[in-house]
Amino acid sequence: MSTPIIQVEGLSKVFGGVHAIENLSFSIQQGHIHSVIGPNGAGKTTLFNLITGIYTPTHGDIKLKGESIVGLDPSQLAPRGMCRTFQNLQICMNMTALENVMIGQHLQFKSSLLATLFRLPCVVQADQQAREKAAELMDFVGCAKYLNTEASAMPYGALKRLEIARALAAKPDILLLDEPAAGLNGAETAELDTLIQKVAQSGVTVVLVEHDMKLVMNISDYLLVLDYGKKLAEGTPEEIRHNPDVIAAYLGG
Amino acid sequence: MMQALKSPRLGGLSALSCVLIILPFTLSNSFQLDVAIQVGIAAIVVVGLNLLVGFAGQISLGHAGFMGMGAYMSAILSGTYGWSPLLALIFAAICVGGLAFLIGGPILRLKGHYLSMATLGLGIIIAIVINTESWLTGGPDGLVVEPLSLFGWALSPFDEYHLLGISLSGTQVWYILIASLLVFAVWLALNIIDSPTGRALRAVHGSEIAAQVVGVNTAHYKVKVFVISAVFASVMGSLSAHYTGFITPNIAGFHHSIELITMVVLGGMASTYGVILGAVILVLLPQVLADLQEFEMLAFGLILMVTMIFMPKGLLPTLLNLLNKPKQKTTSEEAA
Repeated sequence: MSTPIIQVEGLSKVFGGVHAIENLSFSIQQGHIHSVIGPNGAGKTTLFNLITGIYTPTHGDIKLKGESIVGLDPSQLAPRGMCRTFQNLQICMNMTALENVMIGQHLQFKSSLLATLFRLPCVVQADQQAREKAAELMDFVGCAKYLNTEASAMPYGALKRLEIARALAAKPDILLLDEPAAGLNGAETAELDTLIQKVAQSGVTVVLVEHDMKLVMNISDYLLVLDYGKKLAEGTPEEIRHNPDVIAAYLGG
Repeated sequence: MMQALKSPRLGGLSALSCVLIILPFTLSNSFQLDVAIQVGIAAIVVVGLNLLVGFAGQISLGHAGFMGMGAYMSAILSGTYGWSPLLALIFAAICVGGLAFLIGGPILRLKGHYLSMATLGLGIIIAIVINTESWLTGGPDGLVVEPLSLFGWALSPFDEYHLLGISLSGTQVWYILIASLLVFAVWLALNIIDSPTGRALRAVHGSEIAAQVVGVNTAHYKVKVFVISAVFASVMGSLSAHYTGFITPNIAGFHHSIELITMVVLGGMASTYGVILGAVILVLLPQVLADLQEFEMLAFGLILMVTMIFMPKGLLPTLLNLLNKPKQKTTSEEAA
């Protein structure tokens, strides 16, 4: 097996007296859809915030492609190929849908302030390419009809997919999706299911925090089950389905 | 689809140019032209300030300080030290930009009310320095400023000039200068907004965390736009000093800062043409209300309050929304 894209070793995060994550170790293989599940308050979102640099771990180490990323802030992780979406939407409501996706391409622009101020032809050209690329991505996630809609006028389900388009625009190697199906209806969840698989097939490693068990069991290659900040179990969907500890945690044993 | 991807920019700029060209022919005397120039100066400052406040969502209650610094540096360097006014203007802009860069780093880490307080403090400090260092600045009595000049050719509002066989008063030449600068400033602002930098700035406003996870160094962009808007203010402070020929510390005062921010909010945050409308109204309103004498401030405050209650997005965005309403309904039906 090749080196894992993410390797977490002895990770802990303490908020006051609460151990949100306690001595957690696991790794994520390249190209997998890796899901993190667990009851409410198990520390899933905290784990995401630790991996993506929003929180700093109290103890432990996180390696991205073999390189420690502890202490780096989120804007330094994007150039290293990591991007994420948020459980509570983080869409720029003061911009159009297309511009929201174009934000994702930020790192691919290299123009000086002067070129920007005077809108030199190179800026115009790069912008036009970015627009077309962003429009393609919106089509890819199924938001094509909202191209020039103000983000504030879009329905919730479409905004969820728009976040994925923005993250993909950053050309990540690893994409972390925090509860992408939360608040979606059955049909929308099914579309999301297909979308995540399409993303994974394009070679992006997907890490998923999700409550919708049907979605998780359908598409995951590997699962990590958390409970009270600790690892409860780990394995393929089939193994997890039959794990007595997991059944106990979910059904209350 | 390609048509929908194009961003409209020329329309607004040509409309603005037309208004600016026609305007002087409708004004009957040089007092009205003088008011138009004052509007233009304020408009350019707020077009710059709007990049910071309206687009990047960072409040500054100290921009009059930058304007005052530009004005006083220009006045002192060109008057006391005999520098060429253009050189003084550029040097002042570089110094103000440098100060904004140094101070922007630490204070733009603050958010909301704390940032307001910090920028407010910065503006007040500049005003106090100007007020108290009277050996240099003339203190509260103010300072006489040399007219703007380039290669020995001085531009005073009180002289007559002959350009291409047309005889123009100094005020008219100033109008042409300020009007051209306004169009140029709007063009620069639109260029910034519709660029990766502009989108990064708006993302800082919309969702700072979302901007960060796609690699936008938000701290860097906040400082950048703070410097740009401070330079806008400094240059206009310098020009305003040369135009009026006399400056007092009021230019850097707290009231002036509030006036500038009110122009932005009243006209419409994140609307470049809206803030120009804001500048027009805030400069003209006191002139119109002058008949009311002691009730002037009362009426002024009332108009602001009522506008903000009924048009919280600002004048221009609200008006445009009203105009577009029937159109928007049909598009949302199509989408559904």
